[in-house]
Amino acid sequence: MWHLFTKSFFNMKIRKNIAVSDSGFIFNPSTGDSFSTNPIGLEIIQMLKEEKSKEEMRKTILQKYQVDEATFEKDFYDFVSMLHQTQIISQDEEKKN
Amino acid sequence: MSKLPYERPVIQRLNTGSMNKFGTRTEYAPVTHIENVSVKSLISEFGSPLFVISENKIRQLYSDVTRAFKTRYPRVQFAWSYKTNYMNAVCNVFHQLGSWAEVVSGFEYNKALKNGVPGSKIIFNGPDKTDDELTLAIRNDSLIHIDHLDELYRIIELAVELKKRPKVAIRVNMDVGIYPMWDRFGFNYENGQAWDAINKIILTDKIDLVGLHAHIGTFMLSPQAYGVAASKLADLAYHTKIKFEKNIEYIDLGGGFASKNTLKGSYLKGSDSSPSFDDYAEAISTALLNAEYTKEHMPLLILESGRALIDEAGFLLGTVIANKRLSDGRRSTILDFGVNILFTAFWYDHKISPAQDFSHYTEDTVLYGPLCMNIDVVRENVTLPPMKKGDQVVVHTVGAYNMTQWMQFISLRPNIVLIDTNGKTHLIRAKESLDTLNSQERMPAHLSSFKL
Ligand SMILES: Cc1ncc(COP(=O)(O)O)c(C=O)c1O
Repeated sequence: MWHLFTKSFFNMKIRKNIAVSDSGFIFNPSTGDSFSTNPIGLEIIQMLKEEKSKEEMRKTILQKYQVDEATFEKDFYDFVSMLHQTQIISQDEEKKN
Repeated sequence: MSKLPYERPVIQRLNTGSMNKFGTRTEYAPVTHIENVSVKSLISEFGSPLFVISENKIRQLYSDVTRAFKTRYPRVQFAWSYKTNYMNAVCNVFHQLGSWAEVVSGFEYNKALKNGVPGSKIIFNGPDKTDDELTLAIRNDSLIHIDHLDELYRIIELAVELKKRPKVAIRVNMDVGIYPMWDRFGFNYENGQAWDAINKIILTDKIDLVGLHAHIGTFMLSPQAYGVAASKLADLAYHTKIKFEKNIEYIDLGGGFASKNTLKGSYLKGSDSSPSFDDYAEAISTALLNAEYTKEHMPLLILESGRALIDEAGFLLGTVIANKRLSDGRRSTILDFGVNILFTAFWYDHKISPAQDFSHYTEDTVLYGPLCMNIDVVRENVTLPPMKKGDQVVVHTVGAYNMTQWMQFISLRPNIVLIDTNGKTHLIRAKESLDTLNSQERMPAHLSSFKL
């Protein structure tokens, strides 16, 4: 299932100008929207910013938390789709790449 | 190194300024216990979903309401509205506390008799009473509340046949400043129907007019409406006294006090906006005390309060089946109960709490039931912490009408448990099984077998 997260399915580049604080506060200057996220969400966003690969992210989370692979995969998929919806991940930058 | 507990990653837009329309934060504090019994243990013993009733809470609400009325008016009697919750154990808590029974069908009438309520302490309301039911009620000296003229004439005929003098009241409907007006039940006050009915009853002299009854509506947010109703009934009683020298023994103001639920579409939570028992008691007692009675002839005040006395004592426990993301980005959570057993989800934004501890991260969520139908929505939007499959929830303030209006649709009705005043749990209604339903069915011989 992990292979579903291919480039065609999901762009995973966080907008360059997104501000992320250590407490999970996120600000998107292009839209003026602010968000809050929980510690796992923050960790994933940080890794996305560092352009970690999906495989690296998966390993990190599975090693650190009490969660099985299938559950995390489902939640990760859902979370990334929310990052799209909130425009924290941008469609435009994908095209430019 | 041991691993950290996992929580699903969530992200939530922050709305600065305005109050979040999805409600305030206190709403989702976890509720792990009901009356010191853990939700987990209740579900593991009795299954999910599960209705739980707190006997303590019933007793407390009853003591609150009686205190509010008895400190303001000398003669008050409550009658338990069976339709609100007619589990026998619940009825008997009310009967132990001194409530009579208020019933609206032959089925409920017989339920009250079987529970041991003396016939003379059963109030028989409703527009549909068969000859057999009326005969039984007349023989038992029950208080028959007449809804329409056809019924009045039939009772007069039965009185002659049975050579008994039935005790009756008439149900009166009236304008109390609340719209829509409930004018389909009983005789109208303003157009003189009610006064006509009183005259007919007394002049025929075959039945005994002992009371006047009004039930002005349900979930009434205006205490003053009860003041108006009480004044109008007192006025009828006064004219009856003047014209016929007959004392009306009781005035029954029905039910309808609001519970602490939040009506759909209302901005304020019910727990903040519903009037208190003191508010209702003040309006009613002021109207009655100011009416034209002599001290010896103050009528008995009967109240048939239902939801306000049982709603808060009822909880529905359930379990998360799955999560889904809707096309507009909202999270939806599917629960193992829906409008089939939580009928009141059509009326209220029920308060729902997770039954386990959570971090303070939350998401706007739609809560769906398991029925394969679009109408099966438990909450259209509620702010809740992320919940995963298997997590448990507590729905609050569900004691009224759900256990009587629930539907047996594609699944079976669950167990109901009562927690007594010592914290002991009792199964008071066993969940249905396939056999429960099949035992009612009959198979024609030619359909009893097939080959596939
Ligand atoms: C005649 C009568 N009495 C009492 C009640 C109880 O009403 P509530 O639960 O609103 O107090 C009802 C309910 O509709 C009713 O019809």
